Amino acid sequence: MMDALGEPQSVLVLGGSSEIALATVLALPRGRLRRVVLAGRPSPARDAAVATLTGAGVSGVEAVDFEAADTATHAQVIDGVFDAGDVDVVLLAFGVLGDQAEAEADPDTAVQIATVNYTGAVSVGLRVASRLRRQGHGTLVVLSSVAGDRARRSNFVYGSTKAGLDAFSQGLGDALHGTGARVLIVRPGFVRTRMTTGLEEAPMTIDPQDVAKIIVTALRKGKETVYAPGPLRFVMAGLKSVPRPLFRKLPI
Amino acid sequence: MTVVDATGADSPLSLREGEQTLTGWGRTAPSAGIVRRVRTVDDIRAAISDAGPRGILARGLGRSYGDAAQSGGASILDLSAMNRIELDPATGTAHVGAGASLDSVMRALVPHGWFVPVTPGTRMVTVGGAIAADVHGKNHHRDGTFGSHVETMTLVDGRGEVHVVDRESSPEAFWATVGGMGLTGIVTQATFDLIPITSSRISVDTERTSSLDDVMDRMITGDDAYRYSVAWVDSVHPSGRGVLTRGDHASADQLAGKAAQAPLEFEPKVLATAPPIPTNGLVNPLTMRAFNEAWFRKAPKQRTGELQTIAEFFHPLDIVQDWNRVYGPSGFLQYQFAVPDSAGELVGRALAALRGVGALSALTVLKRFGAANPGPLSFPQPGWTLAVDVPAGVDGLGVVLDQLDDEVLAAGGRLYLAKDSRMSPAMMAATYPRLSEWQRHRDALDPQGVFTSDLARRLSL
Repeated sequence: MMDALGEPQSVLVLGGSSEIALATVLALPRGRLRRVVLAGRPSPARDAAVATLTGAGVSGVEAVDFEAADTATHAQVIDGVFDAGDVDVVLLAFGVLGDQAEAEADPDTAVQIATVNYTGAVSVGLRVASRLRRQGHGTLVVLSSVAGDRARRSNFVYGSTKAGLDAFSQGLGDALHGTGARVLIVRPGFVRTRMTTGLEEAPMTIDPQDVAKIIVTALRKGKETVYAPGPLRFVMAGLKSVPRPLFRKLPI
Repeated sequence: MTVVDATGADSPLSLREGEQTLTGWGRTAPSAGIVRRVRTVDDIRAAISDAGPRGILARGLGRSYGDAAQSGGASILDLSAMNRIELDPATGTAHVGAGASLDSVMRALVPHGWFVPVTPGTRMVTVGGAIAADVHGKNHHRDGTFGSHVETMTLVDGRGEVHVVDRESSPEAFWATVGGMGLTGIVTQATFDLIPITSSRISVDTERTSSLDDVMDRMITGDDAYRYSVAWVDSVHPSGRGVLTRGDHASADQLAGKAAQAPLEFEPKVLATAPPIPTNGLVNPLTMRAFNEAWFRKAPKQRTGELQTIAEFFHPLDIVQDWNRVYGPSGFLQYQFAVPDSAGELVGRALAALRGVGALSALTVLKRFGAANPGPLSFPQPGWTLAVDVPAGVDGLGVVLDQLDDEVLAAGGRLYLAKDSRMSPAMMAATYPRLSEWQRHRDALDPQGVFTSDLARRLSL
């Protein structure tokens, strides 16, 4: 159960080797955790994530196989995790950035990005929501992105998947209102992770640990939407109101 | 047996039926359950046989601060219509439906010259809730808990079987239920002892105290002379200054003027309702400083024999309905521990630690406990108890409270389950060493685990 200070006892990470998700689990200040399920592709990164958490003294860490694009398997994975006990927090943390130029040149690549980031998230998000509803409590934390706030010329395939995911998550949160289950949407800007290695850093770049702190505070306060870092909210509000003829010329 | 109140009707305090998001009084950690109103034992048996995999739990008036009276996805039984109140003047006992509030019991019985054996700081608790939490009041040092005054109770267990339990013929079921947080079954009615009174006034002695040492000395030496005793402590002032109020029921011949015309009159009113507050609430260091200063100043330096009403003396907060809203959307929690006399210095250390993170409290209450009762999960034990209300949104609060938990544990103390909303399962098991004994008795009454709550899941009860 989540306690009065917003600290969970059980967490499911979808995208089990996500650096932001790992940092979030490690940022819970009081260690009430007794079950952490890392759902992801079998990989050295997932094994390393289990080792990192266990090494940090987190108890009850387990890995289960999960493939975001393989939606036919989602029901079985989610039911298996929830049948073994209540889940207080689900971190929907999988996603691929892809390469915009490659996606434009090869639409199949674009479809793959869309399948993981959007279709996979819709599939697993609805199944998670149904189980949270049944248990009458729990928070689905969705890692969206500021890239979804407004599609940019340089990044619109990825951005559009996040826009879709974000809209889906807002609606899902409203659908769950009054059921005890909640959705927390997190919109990070540029975060230094494996996903962004080699890219040129944007202004207001932060580390996974910074996003984690923001998520932990938002859980405690019961927020519905947070930006990471927080002031990006105002930057994005400004960018969203820039007229398109000007926006498409911006060097972003 | 005199039937004093047999309305059997829904009270204005009944829960709405259907899916409801519920929290405790602290308004933290919500979960949703399906509220179902029950009016008879047969209704309860039907609800138990219909219970789905998420189980079932009775909820009274939701005055537990944490997650004791909620259970995500479960059936939540509302017994507010099971509120019949009967008085047996010959034995000085009341036979009351578990859904009746102590407020309604007092309204029914005080005019007949009887008072409840124990009242907590609010009248807005049900008889079922008072048993489940084994509540205590200002007379614990003399009279023990509410459960100590229960003669018999009717309990529907997890198989739907109905038992009349008392401490002689079924001590295990009785004491597992007293303080058992509603997890042994559904109590439908109880017979409990009453205190005979000739007036509805309390004769109160008030003293301002200059420091924690001062108030604790006065309580150790003087409490035995009073039936009721409690101290309020200024949580802001480092001295721990405060106000000690002690008293007993006044007799009718102590009353004068208008009060003497109707010595047993009892008509407490709600004067205001706190509005919902959307932002951070009214509770911040500035308002807390002002409140504590004003509360200290308003008390007389020394006054004896002042006549106060029952509501003024026992339930000052009931005057403002929904006062828990003043803490805003993050809610609040109450940290209440009991420690033996040997660890009395923990009171001052706890207040200092909370001041250290800016967790200032308006309602800081210090009391002496008398002997414990045989309930494995009953909270009171001889020594001191301190209760502190703090906003849940204070940064660093959780870590400080975890450190205080360690000190309470080391001192041989424990936390009150009716207040708890954040301790760890390990703290629970270590400070209630008879937990496994209680679990055996609970399992005998509820082998399938039909009764459960968010608190039970959180603390692995």
